[in-house]
Amino acid sequence: MNPEFEHLYQALSKVDGFIYPNEIELSWSILIVLYPFITGLVAGAFILASLERVFNVKSLKPTYVIALLTSFAFLLVATMPLIFHLGQPLRAWEIMMTPHLTSAMAIFGFVYLWYLMIVLLLEIWFDYRYDLVLWARESKGIKKWMYKALALGSDDISPKSLKLDDKLGYIVTVIGIPSAFLLHGYVGFIFGSIKANPWWSTVMMPIIFLFSAMVSGIALVMVLYIVINHLRKQKIDMLCLDTIAKYLFYIIIIDFTMESLDQIHRIYEAEESFEIISLLISGHLNFTLLIMQVGLGMFLPLATLGIIQFYKPEEKLRKLIYFITGILVLIGIFFMRWNVVIGGQLFSKSFLGFTSFKLSLIGPEGFLMASIWLVVPFFILAFLLWLFPPWKKTPVEH
Amino acid sequence: MPLHLKRLLLTGIVIISLFLLLKHALTPESFGQYGHYRGNSMNEIAALPIHFVGNNSCVSCHDTIVSMKSEGYHSDLSCEGCHGAGYKHVGDPKMEQLIKPDSREFCAKCHDINLARPEKAVTQKELKEHHSDQKCVKCHNPHQP
Amino acid sequence: MTEQKTSLSRRNFLRNAGVTAGTLVITSTLPSFNAVLYAAVKRNTKGPWFGIAIDIEKCIGCGTCAKTCKIENDVPQEPFFFRSWVEQYTIRKDGSLKVESPNGGIDGFKQSVPAEEIEKTFFVPKMCNHCSKSPCVQVCPVGATYETEEGIVLVDEKYCIGCKYCIQACPYGCRYFHPDKHVVDKCTLCFHRVKKGLNPACMDNCPTKARISGDLNDPASEVSKFIRTKNVYVLKPHLNTGSKLYYNALNQEVR
Repeated sequence: MNPEFEHLYQALSKVDGFIYPNEIELSWSILIVLYPFITGLVAGAFILASLERVFNVKSLKPTYVIALLTSFAFLLVATMPLIFHLGQPLRAWEIMMTPHLTSAMAIFGFVYLWYLMIVLLLEIWFDYRYDLVLWARESKGIKKWMYKALALGSDDISPKSLKLDDKLGYIVTVIGIPSAFLLHGYVGFIFGSIKANPWWSTVMMPIIFLFSAMVSGIALVMVLYIVINHLRKQKIDMLCLDTIAKYLFYIIIIDFTMESLDQIHRIYEAEESFEIISLLISGHLNFTLLIMQVGLGMFLPLATLGIIQFYKPEEKLRKLIYFITGILVLIGIFFMRWNVVIGGQLFSKSFLGFTSFKLSLIGPEGFLMASIWLVVPFFILAFLLWLFPPWKKTPVEH
Repeated sequence: MPLHLKRLLLTGIVIISLFLLLKHALTPESFGQYGHYRGNSMNEIAALPIHFVGNNSCVSCHDTIVSMKSEGYHSDLSCEGCHGAGYKHVGDPKMEQLIKPDSREFCAKCHDINLARPEKAVTQKELKEHHSDQKCVKCHNPHQP
Repeated sequence: MTEQKTSLSRRNFLRNAGVTAGTLVITSTLPSFNAVLYAAVKRNTKGPWFGIAIDIEKCIGCGTCAKTCKIENDVPQEPFFFRSWVEQYTIRKDGSLKVESPNGGIDGFKQSVPAEEIEKTFFVPKMCNHCSKSPCVQVCPVGATYETEEGIVLVDEKYCIGCKYCIQACPYGCRYFHPDKHVVDKCTLCFHRVKKGLNPACMDNCPTKARISGDLNDPASEVSKFIRTKNVYVLKPHLNTGSKLYYNALNQEVR
């Protein structure tokens, strides 16, 4: 037996019921679980940043830049799992050169570039330009040249152009909000538009993806804010943290409502695929969905954050609770992506049986590789925080 | 317009032109000839080699067997359905021999009783009982069963 | 009072007449509504437009189609890669359903349900439906899979990036990821044979001629006759894929 196919023969022996013979191997594995997870963090973090800038929630000011840089760091990595899961990664450029306009996936390249170049890069650039010029004047060596290049060689920090920068930055942020919605709602559409798969094919999918993206992005920035201040031995602005937690609480409620609505609708309509999907949830996904996604990732944070809205324990404990809740939410959303992507491929499109999935440790689609793509953004963020320290920025009133 | 915005605009224009240039250079020649795909790929697929050459190729050498087969129950069967693809054999009949399946399991694929097989479509026997120790071909000539 | 009424009704009449005439003018320029014929809308092409017909009443489940397909098209022999395969459906007297397709039917079938429990059993050969509104073609991000003018859905193996989105989009499970080429592969309706005037290998070698293909545009073709004279049904018609694979005597349990 060819060892290349050993895992497939194993999977074949584990087939439960009937599946089409081509369905034994899952086409999309852990890397495609990461893709909506990471993109969601990007969109969510950005929306938290825009809460401060556009919706004028002043108490969120300490996290504004951190949120933007987090969003940027994750966006840089967002395409990597996608490219590496391809059978022909070297042909990835085709998606930009000859995009097939009826394909939801083809447009991703453009939505991504729009978001990266026009929204995030520009917003960060306008926000940092004044400091880049100042730092270019102060610094020495390579750093000086980096700042100079990033400021596009301009030394212009007259009040007039700074005012213009601020105005343009504001416009970009306003454009950015629908763009963030588009970016992630659209990732939901990639799954939601597959009519062959009843677990994916729902109009709610983009909306659920969007709100779960906000949930995960806000939780990530909350955790990062606690960690960064801990590492820098700075005192945390508790008002800011409480405000983030409050928004997190509200958005989890919306997310929970949307997801419940989707499931209730599914149960009530009980279409052709209902039996197989009930079996999927009660069997193959019982741990990842019922325990990890809903129990740990949703109910527990909802309860904790809910209680904190009425009764606030002392700061140190509250900080710890926020930290743990943030991590739980992130785990929960990761498993939500898992349940969508992996769950949707476990049952046969004949609705008559299940295949199985075992995550391998090594290999391009293995656990270690996936972990790398999850860790890299944090290194990028650390680099960005070193190059553009938010705490050395000159405070500006928008 | 301040200098930095001018340069920003210039950067944008450079990136977009670069993209358009790349797009022009990297789009395959026959792309879009008939639709949103590489027209040449159709010719490439059409040019793939044929493996099953068909009964007409068999008759020029095996005319007696073919005419015998044409009078029996197996007249509608293709030769290569049992003997395998003949493209190599046609090119080099001496060296490339085709298979002559004669096992009970092979005949069973069509003729063993299975309620899923439409009764009218094919003769079926309970092969567990029907001379179970003998090869089918001992009594039945597969070319004129 | 009466005068007013008549003038009102006259105005109504004029208005109604105007609306009717306007509607007539507008609708006459639109193509008339057609109830969808066999799910696939006939395409007006100069050449042939291919469709497939499979007769369940003739299929004896020998698996020759699946076997010859693998040889003709160099499909990997392992039991995870199929362009064409056969399923055996068995409905028990208690109403439960058992479906099997060991090695795609290539090694033949054994009935695993005892005869006295069987209510009904039959074979269903499966292959690409060559849909006219293919969900797989729709989702390909780069244009590596396409429908030819003849209505045959192909994959460009030199252009496919291997994202597998089309595998997800195919409701019939007809696509697989080629383990050596690292691109998606599927039935071509033996495009290389059809273009030379031959039949697909699975059809040429089918001992009972249970499967045929041909030109749907030509009313005299075997496929057209098949569709005209039998009660044909396509798989998953509610998905509106415009499937051009028509089954005779297909049970509704089949998906």
